[in-house]
Amino acid sequence: MSEEFNDNKTIQAQSSEVMTGGAAGATPDMDYVRPAEIPEQDLYHAHSFITKWVFCQDAKVIGVQYFLLATFTGIVGLILSWLMRLQLGFPGLAGFMTAEHYYQFVTMHGMIMVVYFLTALFLGGFGNYLIPLMVGARDMVFPYVNMISFWMFFIAVAVLMASFFVPGGPTGAGWTLYPPQTILEGTPGSGMGILLMLISLSLFVIGFTMGGLNYMITVLQARTRGMTLMRMPLTVWGIFTATVLAMLAFPALLVSAIMMTLDKVLGTSFFMPTILKAGEVLEYGGGSPILFQHLFWFFGHPEVYIVALPAFGIVSDLISVHARKNIFGYRMMVWAIVGIGALSFFVWAHHMYVSGMNPWFGFFFATTTLIIAVPTAMKVYNWILTLWRGNIRINTVMLWCLGFIVTFVNGGITGIFLGNVSVDVPLSDTYFVIAHFHMVMGIAPLMVIMGAVYHWFPLVAGRMLDETLGKWHFWITFLGAYSIYFPMHYLGFIGVPRRYFEMYDSPYMTSAVGMNEFISLAAFIVGAAQFILIFNIIKTLKTGKAAGQNPWKANSLEWYTSTVPPEHGNFGDRLPVVHRWPYDFSVPGAKDDFIPQTTPPSEVVHTEVEKT
Amino acid sequence: MHAGIIFFLVILGSVLFHIFTPWYWTDVASNWGGMDDTITLTFWVGGGVFIAVCLFMIYCVFKFSYKENRKAEYKPEDKKLEKILTVATTLGVAALLAPGLIIWNQYVSVPKNALHIDVMAWQWGWQYRLPGNDGKLGTTSVRNIDDNNPFGINLDDPYGSDDILVMSDKINLKNNRPVKILLRSVDVLHNWYVPQFRAKMDAVPGTVTYYWFEPNKVGEYEVLCAEYCGVGHYAMRGMVEVQEENKYEEWVNEQETFASYVAKQKNIELQEKKLAKK
Repeated sequence: MSEEFNDNKTIQAQSSEVMTGGAAGATPDMDYVRPAEIPEQDLYHAHSFITKWVFCQDAKVIGVQYFLLATFTGIVGLILSWLMRLQLGFPGLAGFMTAEHYYQFVTMHGMIMVVYFLTALFLGGFGNYLIPLMVGARDMVFPYVNMISFWMFFIAVAVLMASFFVPGGPTGAGWTLYPPQTILEGTPGSGMGILLMLISLSLFVIGFTMGGLNYMITVLQARTRGMTLMRMPLTVWGIFTATVLAMLAFPALLVSAIMMTLDKVLGTSFFMPTILKAGEVLEYGGGSPILFQHLFWFFGHPEVYIVALPAFGIVSDLISVHARKNIFGYRMMVWAIVGIGALSFFVWAHHMYVSGMNPWFGFFFATTTLIIAVPTAMKVYNWILTLWRGNIRINTVMLWCLGFIVTFVNGGITGIFLGNVSVDVPLSDTYFVIAHFHMVMGIAPLMVIMGAVYHWFPLVAGRMLDETLGKWHFWITFLGAYSIYFPMHYLGFIGVPRRYFEMYDSPYMTSAVGMNEFISLAAFIVGAAQFILIFNIIKTLKTGKAAGQNPWKANSLEWYTSTVPPEHGNFGDRLPVVHRWPYDFSVPGAKDDFIPQTTPPSEVVHTEVEKT
Repeated sequence: MHAGIIFFLVILGSVLFHIFTPWYWTDVASNWGGMDDTITLTFWVGGGVFIAVCLFMIYCVFKFSYKENRKAEYKPEDKKLEKILTVATTLGVAALLAPGLIIWNQYVSVPKNALHIDVMAWQWGWQYRLPGNDGKLGTTSVRNIDDNNPFGINLDDPYGSDDILVMSDKINLKNNRPVKILLRSVDVLHNWYVPQFRAKMDAVPGTVTYYWFEPNKVGEYEVLCAEYCGVGHYAMRGMVEVQEENKYEEWVNEQETFASYVAKQKNIELQEKKLAKK
């Protein structure tokens, strides 16, 4: 042990500097925490089954509801991806597969996975469950609105699923819904299908706004005593910033959905120029298809970070807990999250380099896009520097985190290809793009979701998920997903365009047949492997090992509830008081390798040996 | 097996895949070899970062895996290290951005001697129009399009009548002569894309978009629509043939002008009327 580690004063100063910038020294004065300024909120105590489990106002139950419904839509999205891969790998094998069906599956898969699965899961699911627990609140600040938020989401999903059963089927316009084709014949589902999609999206945005206000205001107003902003777990920072982005970005989606609905139903021409269709000039004129693209991507790009930022936050916490080491560069991590969030509003047109917008925009958006790579890279460095000289548990949770780092760095690097305007020209609209965004915002966030499930399941259900099953689940998913998307980049180099129902026999595309078969087989296996988790959950709920309080020896407040799983109101009679950041792992001089956020400096148990 | 070994094999496999892949870009057949070079540069820098980060991670997994009696280091921040990493990353990113922007500047600056080609797209097909002897294309409007005027050329535009119409999905190009592709669409978004030329741009109804390239390899290439345009998207193909000058001129001379097309159509109409009278 080096000398400085023997000095208690140095130790306290180190950790307190980061947390508060405050005074050093382990005197009882440091235990002081400012009293609460407002009284505790009154909670609605549910008694009936319906108010407890259906129209429930407890954020934890709402979180689980969001989680389950998002998972359901995710499974629908997964099945759709199987059907697509069936067609791409083995064309003609499924007799019912027409081009119309294929494009409908592509569209619904994309929209479901991005909006109804990932966004709902991260913000609605993890946000609801974790924010109040992690900031030390009894519930969200507006529990009633929170309940309505979930049920709006429920209706949105119901409307979306209904579109599978209307005449003409769901929309097959591609998830980007680019007009004019979206609402014209020649695109599958251009009648009822697209209308239901637009209605469903509008409902989603309305419901999501209700939830989002809750997440933001709970973080800003309902933190417990001592929980300063710079003592919040990065999970909360990630979800909070993502919510702010969502509040600013979703309105763009809402207005474009409304404008497109008007174009479709009332014959306005927001996005519709003069169009010749089947020899007839349609009654549209003067609108701009590119305007829609600007609106869509003004939503769509921040949307990428609405998914990514919570994943960044969560993975930081998981790595820190399981490496038994503080997250490296906490302040840098916070500012990187905020900075990435702010920058994400200035990069949208990098999706539109070859859209026909004024090409001079390319210079601006390429520059902003590559600037965003800097704070993102800093986050990656900090994750791996957190592992450096840690004491790393190689358990299922950590495996998912490591899988995240590999896939995220891989997908991030290919983002530099696509962001760099002239490099994007040959690659845009090819399989390189598909491979890039699935790696970076499909697989990487999914790795975090899975890690988070294995990490927090003991809190939610009170039992530990099976590690052996978990490791099988991880390796099949990680190796499988990597072998789907890594080779797929090379299809993009060949020039294979995306959204092709069939490749035919272009000379340079026939070489891709073998790879397409391989990718499809891998996709079937990876998809099927997800059912290992469902099996694991069912098995664990029946016979799993009891988790007890704080099985991972974590510091953040969600593990210090009055009961496990936490009850309504979370913290029993008294709200916790926070004395430190959540990353006091392996503090020199302390006996245990973790110090809970609730432990005041005077109560830290020191090791005797090191004082000699 | 130790997790670190599997992760290592994944990284090793990725590198080997990249070296030995039979799937890689087609030979470039235009002046945009610079795009390939920038991709190669990005591969070296980005691939290097990917490998370095992953190897560092794998090293940590081996070296610092959990031991009961060991304690992790306590080091919340290292300002100097963070500063070095920020500066190094910024420099790396700037080094990749610079060539990208330089090439983009060329991409948006069309050479003066470029031959203009009007590429007209619809669901689901292409046709092409070249300027006639006056060297200028006549203006067009979607509303003018009918059987007698398949390109919708404005009849009062004097530049229009000698325009050369190529009513086929195949177009010929002169080798080593820059072309400015002027894209328009009568219905939805399309994109005229030839992988070997590297370049592409969407055709947007209601406006004319453009890009340019200089073909430099004689041969036939397939045109693909690269912007989703409805259920026939995947079948919306065409052909380009790049020819040496003399053969190209031969081909051009065989094509019809707008004036001769109109005359022919009128002739057909007259004969039809005669037939009807009989």
